[in-house]
Amino acid sequence: MITRIRSRFGPEIVAIVLLILAFGFSAFREPRFLDAEYLFDRSTLYMEAGILALSMTFVIIAGHIDLSVTSILALVGAMCTTLVSKYGMPPAAMILVAPVVGGALGALNGLLVSKEKLPSLVVTLATMALFRGVAQILLGDHSLPMPKELVGIHKMQLPGTYFHVPLVLLTVLAVIAAFVLHRTVWGRWVTALGTNAEAARHAGIPTGKILVQLFTLSGIAAGIGSLLMLSRLGVARFDHARGLELDVITAVVLGGASIFGGRGTIFGTITALGLVGVVQTGMGVAGVKAEVQVAVIGLLLIVSVLFSNITARKRGR
Amino acid sequence: MKKLLERRELSLLVAIVLIVSVAIILQPRFASEQNIRSILLWVPLLAVAAMGQTAVIITRGIDVSVGSILGLAGMTTAILLRDYPQLGVGGAAIIGIGLGALLGAINGGMIAFAKVPPIVATLGTLGIYRGLTFIVSGGRQVDDYQLPKDLMNWSLEGPALLAKVPFVNSIPWVVWIALLVMMLSHLGMTYTRYGRDVYALGGNPDAAALRGIPVNFVTFMAYVLCGIGGGFAGVLYASRYGTVNPAGIGNGFELQVIAAVVIGGVSVFGGTGGAPGVALSCLLLGVVNVALSVLAIADTWQMAIYGLVLLVAIIADERFARSARKRAGEAV
Repeated sequence: MITRIRSRFGPEIVAIVLLILAFGFSAFREPRFLDAEYLFDRSTLYMEAGILALSMTFVIIAGHIDLSVTSILALVGAMCTTLVSKYGMPPAAMILVAPVVGGALGALNGLLVSKEKLPSLVVTLATMALFRGVAQILLGDHSLPMPKELVGIHKMQLPGTYFHVPLVLLTVLAVIAAFVLHRTVWGRWVTALGTNAEAARHAGIPTGKILVQLFTLSGIAAGIGSLLMLSRLGVARFDHARGLELDVITAVVLGGASIFGGRGTIFGTITALGLVGVVQTGMGVAGVKAEVQVAVIGLLLIVSVLFSNITARKRGR
Repeated sequence: MKKLLERRELSLLVAIVLIVSVAIILQPRFASEQNIRSILLWVPLLAVAAMGQTAVIITRGIDVSVGSILGLAGMTTAILLRDYPQLGVGGAAIIGIGLGALLGAINGGMIAFAKVPPIVATLGTLGIYRGLTFIVSGGRQVDDYQLPKDLMNWSLEGPALLAKVPFVNSIPWVVWIALLVMMLSHLGMTYTRYGRDVYALGGNPDAAALRGIPVNFVTFMAYVLCGIGGGFAGVLYASRYGTVNPAGIGNGFELQVIAAVVIGGVSVFGGTGGAPGVALSCLLLGVVNVALSVLAIADTWQMAIYGLVLLVAIIADERFARSARKRAGEAV
């Protein structure tokens, strides 16, 4: 039984153990960590990163990376609020427009990666600047308000429970993502693509199409994330979610997805996201500066990859 | 191959001439001495940092932490000069460059020996080095009046020997320093064994290993060089701006550096490109930057333009490479 669990969830165990440790330590230092209402309230801060992490899990398992997601998030927010406040788009249309625009921007990444045969790292590094740059052209240093009727989703709760709407949304999306990744042909194809792209192509898997779909998915996730963030913060700014890609990639890699592609689980990603959340909240409570928190997350990222490299080498021997 | 390289440098020159002429036609003020000076002062920081990144990208790697290395090294140099002025500008500069080398060595060690992918290692240290910048500075900035005048003079005055020569006398030290760094890295990449190993590794890592090239060491040193470039640029930053703020220094600079290197003709697939192209592309970015401000195009356009030019450069590179491969294939 134990060996079966270990072989199935080997790398994920690290995230689980660290999560328990971090949570225990934080609860010991700060009793509020034992208050469910406080926890659920804090958790709303991490729902945008969570949704980006779900799609990033697919992208990384396929052996690629998408650095531009947070810029897509910012650009979608800038475009939607501009359309509403300057061109009279009905606010409700945002719910549809945001994922569509995000998906289109993601598809551009996907086409460049699959048709031009460019490395996703460089393509998304360039579009990371381009997309955020366009958001900056649209908004400058100002912020545009989110329509009033769409503000405050993070405060809405399922009636009679502590569960906030974004948390419910992330849970539903995570279940769907886990099903697609682990139980559908498409999910197997994505894994095959990351294990050996050349072999996958020879096996008749439509690798080019899958790449475009993957990056489109990433863009759609950024569009949804943008709606959540705008609803939470009440305004759109060009520098929204800047640097959040570090949290997202850390959650995915710490959650046991191989940065070289071919393996990973949604369960691991969500666990590691919880870890990132607990560590950041704990540091915030302890009065650690935001920039130092970033350093700790960066350290977590490197240590998790170092650790998985060492264990992989041991297993290989 | 040679032809391809020449074409990139030629097209960069054409682009520079084109932008300069358009800018002068639209706004004659562009050719003023003050503007030329601001271009000249803008380029060195970028050029020095880009030379190290060039080696990294030729080996098919990437270092996105270079902005944070610049920040940590520049901040440390400024703090040292504030608290221990007896170190002298030279001493503090050497410490800053050494610190850059150490930070680069940490990146290189993880990438070359522990096999951490470059993007993961340097994305992690991007955050870590920025956090350390806050820790060493306590979140407070160093102001220009706290720094020795000698350091500022690097950006204000030229060599005393040239003081009598018209025009040349207005070229400050930082420009000469950058020129020297570019010359050295061109010679190093072209005529030394290490330089040739870098190209061999980038051209075909497996073949390089089979030929007995110490692949791990070559990779490691590329990141050390990148750290040295970043550290040196940090020292120049302190000289250029005087005020060193832990949040501002080098933040987002990695994008400009990587853009300069890739636009300068270093293929992201490794193995090609070199210092002359990168030097020209640094000049191009400097001209673009100053042209934007002279033509009163808002700064808000800058990031989008960099992103677009970077994207166009990598697509063009791949197209060139593909047609070159095709030609080679037909010839065989």
